[in-house]
Amino acid sequence: MPLVLDDSDQAALTGDRGPAWQLAMRVIVRIADAIQADHLLDISAAHIDSCLYHGRSGLDFADRLADAGARVIVPTTLNVASFDLRHPDLYRGDPQTAVLARRLTERYEEMGCRPTWTCAPYQLEERPEFGQNIAWAESNAIVFANSVLGARTGRYGDFIDICAAITGRAPAAGLHLDDNRRGDVLFRLEGVSDRLLDNDGFYPVLGHLVGAITGTRIPVIEGLPARSSEDRLKTLGAAAASSGSVAMFHAIGSTPEAATFADAFGGRTPGETIVVRPDDLRSTRDQLTTAVDQHTDPSERDSADIGAVCVGTPHYSVGEFGHLVELIGNSRVSAGVQFYASTGRDVLMEIELRGWADRLRESGVTIVTDTCTYITPILAKVDAAMTDSAKWAYYAPGNIGVEVVLGSVEDCVATAVAGHLVRDDSMWADA
Amino acid sequence: MVPGEAAGPLLVLDEPLSFWGGLDSETGLIIDHHHPQSGESVTGTVLAMSAGRGSSSASSVLAEAIRLGMAPAAIVLLEPDEIIVLGSVVAEELYGITIPVVVVDESTFARLRSARSAKIDTTGRVTLAN
Repeated sequence: MPLVLDDSDQAALTGDRGPAWQLAMRVIVRIADAIQADHLLDISAAHIDSCLYHGRSGLDFADRLADAGARVIVPTTLNVASFDLRHPDLYRGDPQTAVLARRLTERYEEMGCRPTWTCAPYQLEERPEFGQNIAWAESNAIVFANSVLGARTGRYGDFIDICAAITGRAPAAGLHLDDNRRGDVLFRLEGVSDRLLDNDGFYPVLGHLVGAITGTRIPVIEGLPARSSEDRLKTLGAAAASSGSVAMFHAIGSTPEAATFADAFGGRTPGETIVVRPDDLRSTRDQLTTAVDQHTDPSERDSADIGAVCVGTPHYSVGEFGHLVELIGNSRVSAGVQFYASTGRDVLMEIELRGWADRLRESGVTIVTDTCTYITPILAKVDAAMTDSAKWAYYAPGNIGVEVVLGSVEDCVATAVAGHLVRDDSMWADA
Repeated sequence: MVPGEAAGPLLVLDEPLSFWGGLDSETGLIIDHHHPQSGESVTGTVLAMSAGRGSSSASSVLAEAIRLGMAPAAIVLLEPDEIIVLGSVVAEELYGITIPVVVVDESTFARLRSARSAKIDTTGRVTLAN
């Protein structure tokens, strides 16, 4: 069926609502055509990824819209920026880029977007509800919105996010529609120990494995503990959206559209079943570690020189900070290690009130807001960094040129305090 | 998905590539360390990959590569990918440069591997040459 526009969409397209609305509508219509949507639908919120600076073209587009007087017409949050707007001194990159990157953030604020500067808008107080149609960009936010909140967003990229916010419209396609939200491929966990299932470090590894195999399909995971926490589903989804194009997953017994196996698959049978065993998980975990030779004797692996520890990708939640505070206790980060925890400014405000931010700073942790340590030059030159995030581990070698060790947050803290690599491999060995 | 004409040597990727974190828009080189074709240049090629992958920012990186003249001449996909289409559409809106994006069926995609170059016409037809 060809795309049919209603009168108001048509009027916007011919310029009745001004040039900004016209350009935004033209982009949406071209995408709707390309993905064979037959109409557009209303969206009630947007999350913008285009505010992260990738070069002049992003600013050219924002200028084109903002100069023409564009304003968003739905509540619109902003993803991370290219540097910490609150603590700009943390930025070590090219000053000219910083000027343009800041200009980009200003243009989006001018259009009426809320300066939330977080990749985890689902951790804000106001968040989309079950069944609500929204237009979110940022792959980890998309997968969380669809899977954990049960809100409905396409896998939106840069540019269409702001166009949807300006027009309040999006193509009626993909995950907005019931039929496209059912599971395609089953991942069945077998032989995974309770100890591993109960460790936060397991979830990003599982997510990475699932994403790499799933590609663009919808995975259903069977065998996770019922009512897995939002933080764990967040790291699972973020990893799956980096290693694949996963925009939605179901975890039976945990996510809202997967109370049962039948719900997850919409009554159909899985197109494919993949059994996930401890060996598969161990090799996925090893793939994400570039800094140590996997084939050496485990006792010799401690030689990797860890100069930085980076946690908070996606942005840490209040709960994750609570766990970090507990783990660090009264110890201090070793002098040879930089420890960064990334989060949004809303979460920072909350942990300031609880006194946790000061406690962490006293222990030697630098809290980074508004951005993330793997997208922008914040780290001083180090050979290797450790992280608890599969997404960070995946992207950092290409983006900022460091070798990576993936570990649990317990490993990250132990390493930072000891000043050399400490990884407890036992839970993986007997998984 | 984005109509236009283009021709160039074929670069068929063994795995999907996320342009963000995977492609340097200033050099046109693949920088994803995990990618089997890491280090190769996409500039001017007819870039074929089964699907898009990863970040929402891929549209921005593609648009920037197009602005800088470092983008592929065309992109051929097996599965539609709106994030890639967006990068191409917005670059066309801003700079008037068209990088066609087409989706082909499995048998056509399989034949790409044995061809050296490809031509795309305005109807989206892909012609191969050895």
